[in-house]
Amino acid sequence: MEKRTYMLEIRNLHAGIGGKKILQGINLEVKAGEVHAIMGPNGSGKSTLSQVLAGRESYEVTQGEILYQGQDLLEMAPEDRAREGIFMAFQYPVEIPGVNNTYFLKAALNAIRKHRNQPELDAMDFLKLVRAKLKLMEMDESLINRSVNEGFSGGEKKRNEIFQMAVLDPKLAILDETDSGLDIDALKSVAKGVNTLRNPERSIIVITHYQRLLNYIVPDFVHVLSGGKIVRSGGKELALDLEAKGYGWLEEAVPAAR
Amino acid sequence: MMIETIQETENYISAFAGLEKSRAAYDPAWLNQLRRSALDDFLRLGFPNTHDEEWRFTSVAPITKVPFNLAGPGKDPSSAELKSVTFGRWPGIQLVFVNGVYSAALSSNPKQADGLFAGSLAQALQRQPYLIEPHLARYANVSAEPFAALNTAFIADGAFVYVPKGLVIEEPIHLLFLSLGENSNPKVTHPRALVLAEANSQVQILESYASCGGRGLYFTNAVTEVVAEENAFVDHYKLQQESLDAFHISTVQIQLGRNANISTQLISLGASLARNHVNAVLDGEGGEATLNGFYLVNGRQHVDNHTSIDHARPHCNSHELYKGILDGKARGVFNGRIIVRPDAQKTDSKQTNKNLILSEEALVNTNPQLEIYADDVKCTHGATIGQLDADAIFYLRSRGIDLESARHLLTYAFAGDFIHRLKIEPLRVALEASLFARLAEGQEDR
Repeated sequence: MEKRTYMLEIRNLHAGIGGKKILQGINLEVKAGEVHAIMGPNGSGKSTLSQVLAGRESYEVTQGEILYQGQDLLEMAPEDRAREGIFMAFQYPVEIPGVNNTYFLKAALNAIRKHRNQPELDAMDFLKLVRAKLKLMEMDESLINRSVNEGFSGGEKKRNEIFQMAVLDPKLAILDETDSGLDIDALKSVAKGVNTLRNPERSIIVITHYQRLLNYIVPDFVHVLSGGKIVRSGGKELALDLEAKGYGWLEEAVPAAR
Repeated sequence: MMIETIQETENYISAFAGLEKSRAAYDPAWLNQLRRSALDDFLRLGFPNTHDEEWRFTSVAPITKVPFNLAGPGKDPSSAELKSVTFGRWPGIQLVFVNGVYSAALSSNPKQADGLFAGSLAQALQRQPYLIEPHLARYANVSAEPFAALNTAFIADGAFVYVPKGLVIEEPIHLLFLSLGENSNPKVTHPRALVLAEANSQVQILESYASCGGRGLYFTNAVTEVVAEENAFVDHYKLQQESLDAFHISTVQIQLGRNANISTQLISLGASLARNHVNAVLDGEGGEATLNGFYLVNGRQHVDNHTSIDHARPHCNSHELYKGILDGKARGVFNGRIIVRPDAQKTDSKQTNKNLILSEEALVNTNPQLEIYADDVKCTHGATIGQLDADAIFYLRSRGIDLESARHLLTYAFAGDFIHRLKIEPLRVALEASLFARLAEGQEDR
């Protein structure tokens, strides 16, 4: 056994929605400090996996288990997962008209701090923290004085997700197709934000359809999801193979791999 | 049927006889005549029933079956009781009416600006009836609206605010109508207010309706007429936080002259049954009317807002936003009528009604009613009835915010665009507090 502890252990996970089986036995181990990329074509189960990890109630787990820092993750409410250090960057961040971004983020951070027995931040300290993180993310302050995601462009929404991640300081971050729909400049700036948050205590799972993001966020491991299973795992080169040969190559190769 | 009708109106007829006897000698002849003809209108119209299109979703049977007696002047509430229905320090003039009668002792009526009158309608009728006669009951549709007729038949005291030409009143004026609930001998009051803003004047007015003690059965039947003459600016608010056992029926009748601007904000929180009529008539070119409303109901409360905007002249704008939050088994009704007369070209009118339903059993009926007789106009309307957005709740929870807090935050956000428009700060603070208190109650219920 290595010294590093497991951040996340997924064992034989079967899950679906509305009676439809999507995940058919996922196994994945993520250690502290590692960056894992999960790639796969549309319909392979990427979204289901991220939703199950975040605790979306409409998804049902029919078999298997997920341990987060040794605890049973599936028993935890979504807010408890967040308070224990899980952060999900949404594929489609939700617009919440009327809820101010700053107010929302302060409520979230203080809920997390309270859970960790840390003193809640007052408005002044919070603003100081927010300003520092904005600078880190190279974001404009006007963004945080608006309603959560309301009227944000696609790129602004994704950057706002990474900005929230920077403020909430999670132990495990899951980036769900954070790159989809971004132009190259937005992609680079999101990736830069993520890279500044990489550290030996924090694990990151990057879920993506495209290899392109992995040029900027270089993963330690790449897993390929297909038909609700991880059909291949490897180093960062695997992503390049996929880019060159397409997902079709894998689907053909699956029977042989068994 | 006939016998029932007689029973329903019997108390009102005998109360009218008593009122006429005591007032006839003091009041001007035109007022006696006005009351008498309004009573005739009321008796001719009778109480509405649900066969009447305008009252399809609101039955007034709970009101007509109680034999209400006309409230006399009540005992003044204590300062502690008063505190619960005021807003702490009120920045301007505050007039208090107990059971419809002006209380000088409870009012705070500092030296008034030159020419301003804000005070008792009964006093003003004695001193300057010539200001009142051309306006009182000249706008409200007394011959067609039974409750407006009933109120008019009982005009005795109330509030009169007169802002002469060119005068700008900086501090808001608060008209507080207090009722004393009494289950053993339930009372009706007919609060009346007349606001006259002459040309180029400006004033901000809050009417609020409340009870002392919070519970108790009574019936408030209020009529307010607001007149903005040429280029006058009136910012009007009506806060209804009656006892949860009470009935509240009101008419806010708004008359706008050339280039006049009136904005009215109606807030309905209390009463077991509330029905509001807000009628605006844009009777001069370039007028602008804003009719906004907010209702927050729970339990078995029923709230009905019937609004009407009459574009009678060209180049007028109207904006209307009514938002409601319904919990428990509450019922809401919104009916928004917009009339654009043949002459009213270049009308720009926008109506929106949005409802947030927090429970399985709450219900809303919403009905836009557009009657457009001009061809060069812009009229839009939209209505929504929805629940809290499950995706938004999940998003908040995924950031560490618990389920109840997430629901509260989103409910507050729904109300936010109404609340943030309230320009009177003490009112805004009080409404936020009411909303949070109501949300906390809802949480206990669940």
